[in-house]
Amino acid sequence: MADDTISTKELIKEENLVYKKSKILTDNEFHYCPGCGHTTTHRIIAEIIEEMDIQSKTIGIAPVGCSVFMYNYMDIDMQEAAHGRAPALATAIKRLLPEKYVFTYQGDGDLAAIGTAETIHACNRGENITMIFINNGIYGMTGGQMAPTTLVGMKSSTTPYGREVSLMGNPIKMTDIVVNLPGTYFVSRQSVHTPGNVRKTKKAIRKAFEYQALNKGTCFVEVVSNCPSGWKMTPVESNKWMAENMLPFYPLGDLKVPEE
Amino acid sequence: MAKIKGAIVVDIDRCKGCELCITACPTEVISLSDNVNDKGYHYAYMKNPDVCTGCTNCAIVCPDGVITVYRKKVS
Amino acid sequence: MEEYVLMKGNEAIAEAAIRAGTDGYFGYPITPQSEVIEYLAAAKPHERTGMVMLQAESEVAAINMLYGGAGAGKKVMTSSSSPGISLMQEGISYIAGSELPCLLVNVVRGGPGLGTIQPSQSDYFQATKGGGHGDYNLIVLAPASVQEMADFVSLGYDLAFKYRNPAMILSDGAIGQMMEKVKFKPQQPRSKKSPDWATTGKTPDRERNIITSLDLDPARQERFNEKLQAKYKEIREKEVRYEKIQCDDAEYLFVAYGTSSRICQKSMQMAREEGIKVGLLRPITLWPFPYNEIRMMSGQLKGILSVEMSAGQMIEDVKLAVEGKVKVKHYGRMGGIIPTPDEIVKNLKQKIIGG
Repeated sequence: MADDTISTKELIKEENLVYKKSKILTDNEFHYCPGCGHTTTHRIIAEIIEEMDIQSKTIGIAPVGCSVFMYNYMDIDMQEAAHGRAPALATAIKRLLPEKYVFTYQGDGDLAAIGTAETIHACNRGENITMIFINNGIYGMTGGQMAPTTLVGMKSSTTPYGREVSLMGNPIKMTDIVVNLPGTYFVSRQSVHTPGNVRKTKKAIRKAFEYQALNKGTCFVEVVSNCPSGWKMTPVESNKWMAENMLPFYPLGDLKVPEE
Repeated sequence: MAKIKGAIVVDIDRCKGCELCITACPTEVISLSDNVNDKGYHYAYMKNPDVCTGCTNCAIVCPDGVITVYRKKVS
Repeated sequence: MEEYVLMKGNEAIAEAAIRAGTDGYFGYPITPQSEVIEYLAAAKPHERTGMVMLQAESEVAAINMLYGGAGAGKKVMTSSSSPGISLMQEGISYIAGSELPCLLVNVVRGGPGLGTIQPSQSDYFQATKGGGHGDYNLIVLAPASVQEMADFVSLGYDLAFKYRNPAMILSDGAIGQMMEKVKFKPQQPRSKKSPDWATTGKTPDRERNIITSLDLDPARQERFNEKLQAKYKEIREKEVRYEKIQCDDAEYLFVAYGTSSRICQKSMQMAREEGIKVGLLRPITLWPFPYNEIRMMSGQLKGILSVEMSAGQMIEDVKLAVEGKVKVKHYGRMGGIIPTPDEIVKNLKQKIIGG
């Protein structure tokens, strides 16, 4: 009856709780810039590990780049790889500990430039790991230089007049490459810029973890992301710019799904 | 008629004022405070608590996981 | 009772690796050591012990597979030859910087660059002075026979795990390719236990394990480096290994390791037939180097010839050992050429006795 006027204070009780930060996240504050897609993706991975109850079975590999300190935030065993080599570490760990869940987390420079060989060969061998690929089209950590995935015309500190194909070559669509490799089992491209997209990304990454139990091959999820600082925009502007510019070139959706 | 009432709690010290929650909120509950936290960020707060439905959209897009959401069905 | 078998040095390393309870071998073919991975592929180690064996897409990938496997607390090894070991340097530095154990085998060939596929000892600096970036050391073992190729696998693992540091077997193309009799130790089981620092999945009874070489705080990074240096000091104090042959009455000394030390034994015999009292000190650990042993002999010596298949690398450590009190000269061949015993005697006479 008079419940209609329930106060905020009365609402804030354990029994009414519908969302809170995952227990798999440590108390360390994220060092990422405001509005960064890395942070959202970390949160999603933590939630999945908690919901699947696989903390004691999960080993993560952090890259070099903005997410080099991922291990500070996840309350799981992690290793910090050399630049581009996360899939090599994960290959060995998974083969030596085949009952564990092993995932890599890499940015575009790590996965699609310096680590291209390791990415392709891990996927081609069908290593039974989960690979998360954050594509924000720029080198955030080093101050906004061109990434392999920087769009044509896009400005960065090493393409101050915009990326020109005749000089800097084309942006690489790594996910479209790995989807054609026989070793990949599940390949998806998602984003985290709206609540709906976050939910879809979580579903995709959850599948990419769950499929490890099937031992069928590499699960690869690209998360097209923003970089407000690198793009020199506010977080809200950067998400809008991403939707208008990145997504037409890197369209979202599942690229390879297991046959039912 | 059943009605859903929601509320959010923002971890003010950890909020970076990115405003993604404000964009994500369908009922315009959230705004940035005029005050700043210890890091110097204007932080998110419930400006219009009465219209919060506890949909969790804000918490889901919040990169830093600073939003906790509560919800209750009231009649 | 195990019998002697006739085997190539490279094959002996591979067989010894299985028997030492290796959990994972990750490598990339390169002459003159491809027999290691070929032997493992044929021997089906997975059936024998459950050992993982993988041909990686590059030496870069292989060393980073070691980094991952070592971080998971497993006994892991790789083998390569000089250009491949150069490619691995970044990963080796990370492994040392993360204080992880692993076993590296370098069957050295002549360089620089692609160089030659013939044996050489020109990677001494790379192996003993760091090789990669940062202040670190590898424990470096120098086998001089096929038997030692086999024996140093388990010794390398023991030292690597004892000190949580990568160990390297620094061999050369001659020892890798030559056949000799070798007796293997019985099969050791693979370890079922993981070290408490390994990334095997965080259980409720412990904090999470993190394997990293990164710490941006200079004060903490310096403290970590001091800890590493303290470890290296302990290794220098406790783990020096060497062999002395006919040194008691020696007035002259050959210092030589690996293939060169074998040739020097013949040179020593020839010189002694001519009445030249020459001995041989063979460092078995190149790092830690037997500085003290050489220094202690300096009072009795008129000169030292450092014999290496290189332009002269170990000679710097020999000179450091004697602190200028004894004349030290180098003789060696390069480009994959092995010196002959009589050349060495001739150079002893010219550079040391007559010089």
